[in-house]
Amino acid sequence: MATKRDLRSLSTLLTPSTLFLGIFFLGPLAVMIIFSFLEPGVYGGVVWNFYHWNYGRILGWADGEWEDFDPVYIDIFLRSVRLALTNVGITLLVCYPAALWVSGLSARWRTFVVFIITLPFFVSLVVRLFCWVLILRPSGFLSTSLMGLGIISEPIDIIYTETAVLIGMAYILLPFMFLPLYASIEKLDHSLLEASADLGANPFQTFWRVILPCTLPGIAAGAVLVFIPSLGNFIVPDLLGGAKVMMIGNLIEQQFLSARNWPFGSALSVMIMLVMFMLIVFYLRRIGRSEIVR
Amino acid sequence: MDSIAEVREAVKRFPAPEGGVITALDDISLNIQQGQFMTLLGPSGCGKTTLLRAISGFEDLDSGEVRIAGESVAGVPPYRRPVNTVFQNYALFPHLSVSGNVGYGLDLARVSKTEREQRVGEALERVNLSGFDRRKPAQLSGGQQQRVALARAIINQPKLLLLDEPLSALDRNLRQSMQLELKSLQHDLGICFLFVTHDQEEALTMSDQVVVLDHGRIEQIGPPEELYHQPATRFVAGFIGDGTLFSGTIENGAEDPILVTEDGLRISVGIGPSVGTKATLIIRPEHLNIAPQEPDNSLGILDAVLEQSVFQGATRQYVCKLANGTSISVSVAGSGDEALSNVNPGDPIRLAYRRNTPHLILES
Repeated sequence: MATKRDLRSLSTLLTPSTLFLGIFFLGPLAVMIIFSFLEPGVYGGVVWNFYHWNYGRILGWADGEWEDFDPVYIDIFLRSVRLALTNVGITLLVCYPAALWVSGLSARWRTFVVFIITLPFFVSLVVRLFCWVLILRPSGFLSTSLMGLGIISEPIDIIYTETAVLIGMAYILLPFMFLPLYASIEKLDHSLLEASADLGANPFQTFWRVILPCTLPGIAAGAVLVFIPSLGNFIVPDLLGGAKVMMIGNLIEQQFLSARNWPFGSALSVMIMLVMFMLIVFYLRRIGRSEIVR
Repeated sequence: MDSIAEVREAVKRFPAPEGGVITALDDISLNIQQGQFMTLLGPSGCGKTTLLRAISGFEDLDSGEVRIAGESVAGVPPYRRPVNTVFQNYALFPHLSVSGNVGYGLDLARVSKTEREQRVGEALERVNLSGFDRRKPAQLSGGQQQRVALARAIINQPKLLLLDEPLSALDRNLRQSMQLELKSLQHDLGICFLFVTHDQEEALTMSDQVVVLDHGRIEQIGPPEELYHQPATRFVAGFIGDGTLFSGTIENGAEDPILVTEDGLRISVGIGPSVGTKATLIIRPEHLNIAPQEPDNSLGILDAVLEQSVFQGATRQYVCKLANGTSISVSVAGSGDEALSNVNPGDPIRLAYRRNTPHLILES
């Protein structure tokens, strides 16, 4: 039981964060949910009528016309999910071996490598992405150096493709996969690996039967941390995808800033939030719990 | 008798953190026979764990070799060696149940499901853990985790079971009952046990043969009784059992030879050593008693002052101080010697021992 004194110190400590989140997070969230059920004004803004066709439009029936079924927004959403999942896969494949390697280094080198990995955060995201534009464009670093080496004869044109978007997203989100993975691999008790070998497991079997299952919480945490920003991302598809690769984030951005359709943008935002909310609940119930039992 | 495992002239050196080299194994040779319970005993850093790891394959030797069942295992990785280990911290797999842990070796060997169930059941029964197969290691007590680790290590029926200080994390009562259980388990299984410990009591209780190690060298190999009664070196004498060591030179006494220490203490010893030899005498608490009024010739006498009398349950210990300031203990069974109970701390006391009982270590 908390004493009166505990309650007082607790309320004192939590007041700033509660006020901040209440005003700057829950308030706008409520506004967004309310707007998603209002009718868009002809010249932007909202008309204060209850209007559920914002959600109908997402599912493919624009403005209540049942004949005009066209699931273009579902397509965009599914593409975003596919790209986000691919990105989770790429970052996992890149980071897992790297995290294994780093955890085997001496303490001093480990700190250094972890510092190096967080280093890109010191530079503006937009600047870093423009660097990728310079690298990936046909006259850019990648193309010219490969041609200079004689590996290819014609410039490769991968900028403004899905590949470019994936490269950019993986690059941005690598640290979010690496850090939780590294934390769980470093926690791994070395004697478990020896016990496995002692009982007859070769290194490959030890990896599948001990290392991978024991680091599953880290994999799950990394996957959630990479999936969520990947799904809502609009800067990378904007800069590296050109006008060709539209993701759900771009769509929302357009609705708010170009189409001036705030209700539809809000409805899209609420939907993507719901999907992520379900994902996190799933994560907490499945993996979060198993970690508590340990 | 068949030799199960043999270590020949093993040498292992590590770079020391502060520079230089630590010699963990310095020309170690030993032979483990079929059915033996052998213990590696020594203080921390004596090389006992390194020796164990050299046998299990987690450490390579700089020179010398390990042979298991007559064959050299140089270059054979741990997962192909016919030995299993019980680790100091148990190293149970946290994500697997008790059954998953115990059956790990069988799963790797792709043993059929029915045989696996049966053998896991048998192994758990052996360690008195039947019915726990679905629990996770985190849901078990320290003693139960210890049993799971044991069951997991014996299920592959290794030729040799290595135990790396497996009892050090348990409390005293549990440790003592596990010592006896391990001993009878070893007897029932007929597997060789190589047990590492720094606890001399543990070593004496369980072993057929004890190997005393210090600074990477073997000080003595022998059965527990021999180590206790006839220690070969000063180190063994001091490490095993209680007692007071006196170092000096043998001189001629009135009847028997006398050991004269550097600070002038004269202690008569049994017949045997020649005059001029440097030697160390070990007098254990149970060798001593209060001297009778008229001591006969077979007794050696020490003059001391009583300092403290300590009740220890089954015995009573009297801590005395000799003329040169050395502390010496007398242990008497029961609630105490009648003659001693009249002596108060600070009073002079005459202690007697049978001349031939204390062991004399001669220096070559």
